[in-house]
Amino acid sequence: MEDFILLNPPSTWDLLIEFWQFNDMNALWVLMGSILLGTSASVIGSFAFLRRRSLIGDALAHAALPGVMMAFLLFQTRDPLIMFLGAVTSSFIGFFIIDWLPKNTKTKPDAALAITLSFFFALGLMLLSFIQGMEVENKSGLDKILFGQAAAMTQEDINLLMVVTVFILITVMLFFQKFRLIAFNSSYAQSLGIAVNRYELLLALLIVMSVVVGLQLVGVVLMAAVLLTPVAAARFWSDKLTSILILAGILGAISAIISTQISYLAPAMPTGPWMVVSLASLFFLSLLFAPNKGLINRYLQQNQLRQKVAEENILRTLYKLWERTEFQKNDFNMGDIQSLRTMPTHHLQSSLKKLCRRKLLTSSSRGFRLTDSGLEQATLLTRRHRLWENYLNEHLELTPDQVHSQAERIEHILTAEQEKQLEEELKNSQQDPHGNVIPGVNNATQTGAKR
Amino acid sequence: MINDIWILATASLVAISSALVGVFLILRRQALMGDAISHSVLLGIVVAFLATESRSLTVMLTGAVLIGLLTAWLSDTLHKVGKLQSDASIGIVFTLFFAVGVILVSLYAGQVDLDQECVLYGEIAFVPFDTIVWGSDTDGTEIGPRAFWAIGIVFMIVLISIVVGFERLKTVTFHPSLAVSLGINVVFWHYFLMTLVSMTTVASFDAVGAILVVALLVIPASGAYLVASSLKSMLWIAAAYGQASVLLGYAISYWLDSSISAAIAVTAGLLLFITVLVLEIQKKRRIQQPNIEFETR
Repeated sequence: MEDFILLNPPSTWDLLIEFWQFNDMNALWVLMGSILLGTSASVIGSFAFLRRRSLIGDALAHAALPGVMMAFLLFQTRDPLIMFLGAVTSSFIGFFIIDWLPKNTKTKPDAALAITLSFFFALGLMLLSFIQGMEVENKSGLDKILFGQAAAMTQEDINLLMVVTVFILITVMLFFQKFRLIAFNSSYAQSLGIAVNRYELLLALLIVMSVVVGLQLVGVVLMAAVLLTPVAAARFWSDKLTSILILAGILGAISAIISTQISYLAPAMPTGPWMVVSLASLFFLSLLFAPNKGLINRYLQQNQLRQKVAEENILRTLYKLWERTEFQKNDFNMGDIQSLRTMPTHHLQSSLKKLCRRKLLTSSSRGFRLTDSGLEQATLLTRRHRLWENYLNEHLELTPDQVHSQAERIEHILTAEQEKQLEEELKNSQQDPHGNVIPGVNNATQTGAKR
Repeated sequence: MINDIWILATASLVAISSALVGVFLILRRQALMGDAISHSVLLGIVVAFLATESRSLTVMLTGAVLIGLLTAWLSDTLHKVGKLQSDASIGIVFTLFFAVGVILVSLYAGQVDLDQECVLYGEIAFVPFDTIVWGSDTDGTEIGPRAFWAIGIVFMIVLISIVVGFERLKTVTFHPSLAVSLGINVVFWHYFLMTLVSMTTVASFDAVGAILVVALLVIPASGAYLVASSLKSMLWIAAAYGQASVLLGYAISYWLDSSISAAIAVTAGLLLFITVLVLEIQKKRRIQQPNIEFETR
């Protein structure tokens, strides 16, 4: 694309402006059509994704090819409706084969998918090459459905596209509750008396229709991505089905706008591949940057948690050291800390520095010392740790050797409320299973006052 | 006449190598990975060509193997890291790679000796005209079509790998967990198989195109899976299916004057259809005569 801009900058820009002024009505219609297609295919693809049949669209799109060719051979016309009906018929045959083979033979579902896809595609190509050898009129544009060409769409194509996509969107809205139930728990839906098979068939029909109607725009080979990639991307942003559907629809629409644009600027360019590339870019952006589930955020959160755990571990180690000197000695150096807790030196150093900055520790030439607030937190952590050890020991009857490692993890997570519950549960326990005193809530301030 | 023989020989080697590799794909339930790699290979070929300006077999094989392994690895990583269903992650990766490949082909259509058509059909009819000359360009001897030698070499690699690694492949395929406990490197064999798939695909590319090779990978092996009783017999039957599809398909394409490679793939599908039909009829008969079945047991 960049090469293209570099070669003739003014004309591209002019074309872009012209496009958005909508002087060319055809361009506007193509744009509208592709947005509708992107939206409806993404929405219907989401249900296929949820039913764990992500690649069904791939097979169905390939399976449409012989239908288109057969329709052309039989009726010798390029009427969009006839092409559409031919494609829907052969896609549906493909759908039944994919369904039938694994149920009635040893063939596995993935093999059934690949068999159907490649067989129908080969059949379609054979018919296409046969047609191209024939002496018939207007056969020239037939091969455009392999990769899609938005610029080559006629007004009738677009009309059909709009009617079908709007029909799909409305149907999904009408039966949304049922589809959702079936997608998440089909046996429960069956037990409620919903005719699951009938709705599955309806869903299949909708998938077939959106695949078929998209062929002109996206092409046989890559239609799968338009059904699959938007929902895969949207899933990183939300857990709610409605928001996933809306988001998938928006992503589909965005990629449709980008690819129609490119196809308009460079008419030789196939539209489908550009749509797939823009969708995949959106997918990878979502994978990396989505809040909560994005990789970068997950990495940061993990890091944060690791840092917090490291700091809390140091505080508790300092408390333990202090306790071992019968609360006499206050300052400890890094060697003391490392004798109780294995930790790489550079990590320990940086964590200590952070603790000093947060005024939980003070450092002097004699070593590190807990400040009052640091002591408070260290006491709290120790208290939670030991309470949990006691709880495991008393209620789950784990031996004292087993409880430490578990308490080591939970001490960072327990809340004040849980701490109180534990306390009530284990009324007057003063010592943990190892014989160490459990510091009281007020202990911190008292012992702090002592020093 | 001599051209027909070259075409048939090339197609047979393509069909048999694909069938042999396909057996393992079917057994390991990775049919879709075969589909994915055969699409991605296009990108590998185009990039390898644009980077080196050479169409030599080593360059093509390297590009294809790298991209094939990348597809397998990236799908696996997306599945694990992105917590996506495995077929969804495969679908995202291979459609992206294929789309980029097609875009590059149309951008550099003049430079790359490829167009969208040949990506789809291959050009098996033109195979005999692109020959390798042994010796100098001016007075060397022609030793046959490029595509024939390409798939010939890959066929030997596939054959030797299967013969030498037969026991290992068998264990890894049928008992992955046993293989792990025996200390067999399962990951290595997985990627090794993906390498074979990539090499077969790229060598078949000239002949049958990116997508029809899927038919040759999956369909003969699926047919063999339905009737075979051991790995060895499955390999033989798959190869036979492939060979039969080539011969019948060639006849059909001659009769209908259609694309040869498409006709071969369609024939493979029809043979599978006949197999399923025969098996179904046998099953029906067995159900209709339950007593006999019972007595013989």
